[in-house]
Parts: sequence; C-alpha cells; structure tokens
Amino acid sequence: MKIDDAVKILTFLCAGSSILVVFLIFGYTLLEGLPFLAKYGLSFLTGLYWKPYADPPQFGLLPTVIGTLSVSGLAILLAAPMGVLAAIYLAEYSGSGLLRSFIESATQLLVGIPSVVLGFVGLVFLVPILAETFGGWGFSILAGGIVLAVMTLPHVICISSDAIKAVPREYRYASLALGASKWQTIRRVVLPAAKSGILASIILGLGNAIGETMAVLMVVGNPEVPYIPTSILDRVRVLTSTIVIEFNYAVWGSDQMRALFAIGVVLFIITAVVNLLAFHILGGRIHAKGI
Amino acid sequence: MSGGAASGRTVIAALAAVAVAMFLAGYLASSFALSSISRTNVKTATTTVVETAGLNARLNVAGSTTVAPIVEEAARRFSELYPGFRISVAAIGSGPGIKAVGSGEVDIGMASRDLKEEEFERWPDLKPFRIAMDSIAIVVHPSNPVNELTLEQVAKIFAGEIRNWKEVGGPDKPIHVITREKGSGTRDCFEHAVMKPFGKEVSAEAMVQQGNPKVRAAVANDPLSIGYISLGFVDETVKPLRIDGIEPRIENVLKGTYPIKRNLYVVTKGDPDPAELMFIGYLLSAEGQKIVEELGYIPLYPVS
Amino acid sequence: MRRGSEILIEILTWLASLIPAILAGAIISFLLFNGASAISWRFITGFPEKGGLEGGILPAIMGSIYVSALCMLIAAPIGIGAGTYLAEYAPENVFTKVVRFFVELLAGIPSIVIGLFGYAFLVHGLGLGFSILSGAIALAFMILPWTVRVSEEAIRAVPREYRYASLALGASKWKTIRSVVYAAARSAIITGLMLGLGKAVGETAVVMMTAGMGVAGYIPASPLDPARTLPVHLYLIAGEIANTSEGLRMAYGTALVLIALFLAVSIPSIMLRNYFTRRLYGDAG
Repeated sequence: MKIDDAVKILTFLCAGSSILVVFLIFGYTLLEGLPFLAKYGLSFLTGLYWKPYADPPQFGLLPTVIGTLSVSGLAILLAAPMGVLAAIYLAEYSGSGLLRSFIESATQLLVGIPSVVLGFVGLVFLVPILAETFGGWGFSILAGGIVLAVMTLPHVICISSDAIKAVPREYRYASLALGASKWQTIRRVVLPAAKSGILASIILGLGNAIGETMAVLMVVGNPEVPYIPTSILDRVRVLTSTIVIEFNYAVWGSDQMRALFAIGVVLFIITAVVNLLAFHILGGRIHAKGI
Repeated sequence: MSGGAASGRTVIAALAAVAVAMFLAGYLASSFALSSISRTNVKTATTTVVETAGLNARLNVAGSTTVAPIVEEAARRFSELYPGFRISVAAIGSGPGIKAVGSGEVDIGMASRDLKEEEFERWPDLKPFRIAMDSIAIVVHPSNPVNELTLEQVAKIFAGEIRNWKEVGGPDKPIHVITREKGSGTRDCFEHAVMKPFGKEVSAEAMVQQGNPKVRAAVANDPLSIGYISLGFVDETVKPLRIDGIEPRIENVLKGTYPIKRNLYVVTKGDPDPAELMFIGYLLSAEGQKIVEELGYIPLYPVS
Repeated sequence: MRRGSEILIEILTWLASLIPAILAGAIISFLLFNGASAISWRFITGFPEKGGLEGGILPAIMGSIYVSALCMLIAAPIGIGAGTYLAEYAPENVFTKVVRFFVELLAGIPSIVIGLFGYAFLVHGLGLGFSILSGAIALAFMILPWTVRVSEEAIRAVPREYRYASLALGASKWKTIRSVVYAAARSAIITGLMLGLGKAVGETAVVMMTAGMGVAGYIPASPLDPARTLPVHLYLIAGEIANTSEGLRMAYGTALVLIALFLAVSIPSIMLRNYFTRRLYGDAG
C-alpha cells in the first residue's frame, strides 16, 4: 500500500509543477513588466515613437501593435478561406480513405515545420521575389503575412474540420431527406451549425499568428524606429521581433529591459483574450453537443 | 507477462528520470539561494581547474561582429595548442558584448569601439584590452558605377538628404541605405567619423541589419544599396568606395589620410583570471597579431 | 446545372485541402534542391569556420541533440507523472480543474515570453549562463503542456475493463497502472512525446535566448557548456551570405539537416498517431 501512496504523491507533485511553472513565468514577467507599465501608463500603448536609446528614452508601442495586427490579420485573411474550404473537404467529402489520411498527415507535418525554416525560405525565396515585383525592400507586411499564413493554415484546417465533423449526422440526414443537395446541406445546415467552431479556429489561428516569432522576424524588415504602416509593402516591427532584437542590448534593470517584459505582458493579455474568446465560443458549442 | 516486465522497466526508467528532474530542481533551488556567491565561485573554480588539473577552461566570449572573426580564428588555433580550452564565440554586437561581460553572462566581451563613460559607470571593473586596429569601408554593389564619394556626400546619403544615385554620378535610381543597429560599435564609429562632423544623423528610413556579415550580404544582394562594414569584412561580393579620393586600405588608415580609424578590444570583468589571461596573451602575441593581419585588420605592431 | 456546380465545389474544396501537402512538399523539395549539394561528410562532421559561413555544423547538430534530449528528460517524466495523476488518481475536483487550466495557460504563452523569462531567470538570475541546461529547462517549460496532455489522453484511452480485470486479480493500483495501463498506453505516449521532441528540435527563439549563440570549435560535453543549436545556427547565418554567393549552400544545407532531423522524429510519430487514433476512436473521428 505504501508504494501506492508514494506514487500518488509523486504524480501529484508532477501535476502541481505545471502550476508552479506558470506562476514562475507569469510572476516574473509581471514583476518586471508591471512597474514599467505603471510608470509609463497608457503612453506605452499609444506612443508613436520607440526610441529606447534616446535621452530620455521613448517607449511608444503603437506602431508595433499596429504592425503585429496587420501582419497577423493579413495572414488570417489569406489562411482562413483556404483553411475552411479544406476543412469542408476533409469533413464532408473525403470519406475515410488513404487520401484523407495523407492530407491529415501533411497538415500535421506543416504545423510542425520549424518556423525558422519557413522564415529562411521566406528570406531567400519570397523576399527577393517581392522586391523584384513591387520594388523596394521586399521585407514587408506582405512577406510576413504570407509566411504566417502558411503557419496558420494547418491550425485553421484542424480545428475547423473537427468542428464540422462534430455536427450531428441527423442534421445532414434531415436536410438530405428533404431533397437538398450535398452542397446545399453543407451551406445551409452544416456550416451554420459549425459556425462557432470555425470562428474559434480563426481566432485561435490569429492568436497563434500574434505569438509567432522567428518566421515573421526574418521577413518583416524591423525598422529601427517603427512607424505606422500605410501600405502592405511597408516594413514593420511586431511585438515578438522587438523582444528578440533587443533582449541582449537591454541592460539589466534598465527601462528598456522592463519594456521588453511589458511587451511580454501585452502578449499575455492578447493571447489570454484570444484563448478565452475561443474557449467561450467553443464552450457554448461543446455544451450544445452534450459532451 | 513479458509485456508487463518491459513496461516495468519503462516505468523504472521514467522514475529514474523523475529523480534526475528532482535533482535538477534541487540544484536550481540551491544555486538560486547561492546565486550571489556562485558567480564569483565560477571564476575561482575556473582558476583552480587551470592551476591543478592542467589546462582546462571554458571561455565564453561574446560581442562585436567586427572582432569575432579574429577571436574565432585565434580560439581555433589556441585550442589546438591547448586542447583543454573550450572557447565559444558569439557575434552579437559591441553593446550586447559589453553588457554580457559586465553582467557576468560571459567571460570575455568584444568591442569595436571605446567603452562609453556610462558603461564604466555601470560596471566600473571592466577592463578593456586593445587587440587590433580597424577602419570602416563604405561599400556598394559591385555593379554600381559609382567609385568615389566625398565624406559629406556619404553623410548626406545616410541622413536621407541625397536619395538618388544620379545625384552622385550614378544611375537614376533610388538609394537603399543599409545601416547597423544602435549599440553596434561599427555604427558608433561611423556616426562619430562621418555623420557627426556634418551634424547629421542616420535616417530612420534606413534598413537596419544586425552585424557586419548581414550588411555585407544585404549590399551584395541589392544593386541599389550602400552600407558600411569593417575593413576585415571587405571581400569580392561588395565594392569599397574611395572617400575623398582615398582608398580604404591599411596603409592609408595608418598614414591618417583615410578618415576612419578605430581600436578593437576584448573586455574582461575585473582582472582576467589565468585562463582569460592566457587567451588574451595569445591574441597579443606575434601569432595572434598574425591572425589579425591575415584577416585584413590592422595589427598593433608589425608582424611580418 | 446543379450537378455541375456541386462537382465544382467539391473540386474546389479538394484543391484547398491539398494546399498543406503542396506547401510542405514544396518547402522540403526547395531545400532539397538547393541544399543537397552542400551535404557532405565534411559538412556533417566538420566544425564551423568563419562564423559558420564555411566548414561544418557538427557542434550545432550535437547541440540540438543534447538540448532536446535533456529537455525531454525533464519534460517527459513530469508530463507522464502529471498525466497519470490527472487520469488515474485525481477525482474531478478543484485541483484538477486548476491544473488543466494552468496547463492550457502554459500552452498559450507565446514561446518568446518563455525565452525572455529563461534569459532573465535561468541565464542571468540563477547564474546558469548561456548553457545547454538553461536551454533545456526553458524548452521543457515550453513543451510541458504538450507532454501532460498526450500522457493524460493516452492513459484515459485505455479501456476501464483492463483496470477492473487487473484489480479483480488482486493487483494494487500502482501495480495495475504499471503493468496494465502503461503497457496499453505506451505506444500512444511514446508517439506523443516524439511529436513533442519534434517541436523541441525546431524551436529557435527560446533556445537562442537561453543556450546561447556562440560558434564553438568543440562538441559540447557538459550541461553547462553553451550550445548553438541547428535552428539558431540557421537563423544566425541566414541573411549573412549573399544570394549570389556559393556559401549560401551552407545555409540551405543547415536547413536541410534541420528538417531531416525534424522529419525523422515527426513522420513516424504522425503516422503511428493517426493509426492509433483510428484504432481507438474508429473512423468517425
């Protein structure tokens, strides 16, 4: 009996450790970031200039936030329609043959391809093409959006197709029995029923895109003083790339280092909002399904 | 039953791994408690190892991308002489290098500029050692017809006042300005020697590339670009410009006719420990200075 | 008319569903096409020269292997332990809900924040320095949610009857878990962990900020040695070589080795995982 208790305690500790890790990360980041936020307040989010080396330093994050949203927004705009179409095929048309298993495996593979590899391909393949086609640098919102779309697409496909598959068969039978064609059934019955799941997949995809670092970093150009972009060919900085670029320049205990942690806090908030939103949407759905 | 035995073994392995994890956690906790002392401990430990167990030392070096090739090549040859030395060199820029050595993250920093007053204020015990001299070349794409600029033209181009190559005798095409990041020693020297005399600042529109290799590659990739790199990084992929008629060559830098000259340093925190001292001594030795010359930088004294 | 548009739509969705496969195939063959010529014995077993722009990538390969192996050594046992607790021991109470919530929270933290935390806390705060150990711990934080989830799922998927049978024979709870549940869940856990390993191998930002960026003329041996892993090496040398230069093959070659390592870990586990999912839940998904 004794070993049973020991194992129970040991596994309990393992389970508890994840809580500990989260507290450690959150606590540390908040501890460093919050005093900064308190000091600079809203001007951190609404300021137009990011000049950490100026005297006095300026920490305006607005252009970076807009840059982040435009790159991720473009990525979702590109990935969502394709992703939902692909999900419809997987859930409704593909049957259960070899093709479906192949597509699913390829999708999972694409999720896993290291983002630095995608960034590298973007850098040596996409950026020169964009520079040649549109002139300018090639490093742009467009480049970042395309690379991110590749990373977001599989997420949208996976979650959407799960949502579509979860629509009860009876809905389809009823619609088909009424004489509707397959596409009519999908459009009028299945998609409306899976709407919230699909929405959740898009929101989660957006959250993923905002948190993504390497692939974006390598192709968006990262101007020294970010400005509010006016075209998708403009160079931008994103929240994550700012951390990578500046982490080893920021002196310990300086406002610049705290500013990076404050960006971490902003990223926390964004991802928390995104995940809660998706959770809320999916939660409603899951209830309806009775699971 | 054999399956049961096998899974039993897996479980034992898993438990062993848990034990390792626990041990690590314990180690973390204790080193957390000792964190203030441990950093000094590491240093004395290195020293003791060098003294007692023959020549064994781990040296982490980080800093200027200009200095990195010298230190890397020196580290390679040095570890051939003393195989117990394990030297890792990270090219991350002068500012980060000084910060890393100052805050104890690495053993030796590298800088391609003089240390700033505020850096000495923050870390009073930094000790810079001059290991070589260098200059900065203004480089363009090899296909660019422009061969020469005045110092003032360079300043105006980087300030964004001259924006088209035709204004300086090139084709009617926009100029793509490539600069280094703030905190870079090369940028610091460039601003000091080129921009400051004309009261100008590098335009915020310029493309920022971190490190000499990235600037060189960016210039080599873009026929309309202009950038500046350490003399040691000039190769056939880019074309160095004459400035006020003077070629960026070692003899012109030494004569003082070429307008940019700077010192390259390695930096330790406090007096170097024996292992650091051995390596820095090697850099300053005739062999070390030979590497400096071979790589296209300026040695501290004539070696050949 | 109707039939025509029906077929058109089916074809359209079919084409869309092929995009991931096409993209994955295109990326891999692009790297293969450009990087294959860089792969040589000297490249795989040599040391980097000129800041990694020439020479080989052996230290980076070994660095990647060490960092991700040590990371799994930390994350796998904790993950399996936590999964066991959640699936076997824990009643559905507040604690398990809190644990699940925190696991989800941890999974949602952008990896760059974990990297920044690792740099501040492990490298600087604890004085571990840029080292394999710092990198492995930070990476373990990153993939811990994954290992907890896959273990819990795999253990839960084991039919109850197995446990009843074992308990009825007089085996203790732990004995049952050890000899019956783990045996049944083993393959699923291992494939899940392998997928986690794939993530760890490819992660860049976290490792760069904790394990360091230095080029080393030696193969890391101690957990306190710094290591530049393959993805970090790729990131650092990408953009350092002109597109026109022969040396660009070095970067392609590095990308190719990285993706080969990733595929070697991922493809078998993805295929096995799909197989198990199918066997456990049937085809309906």
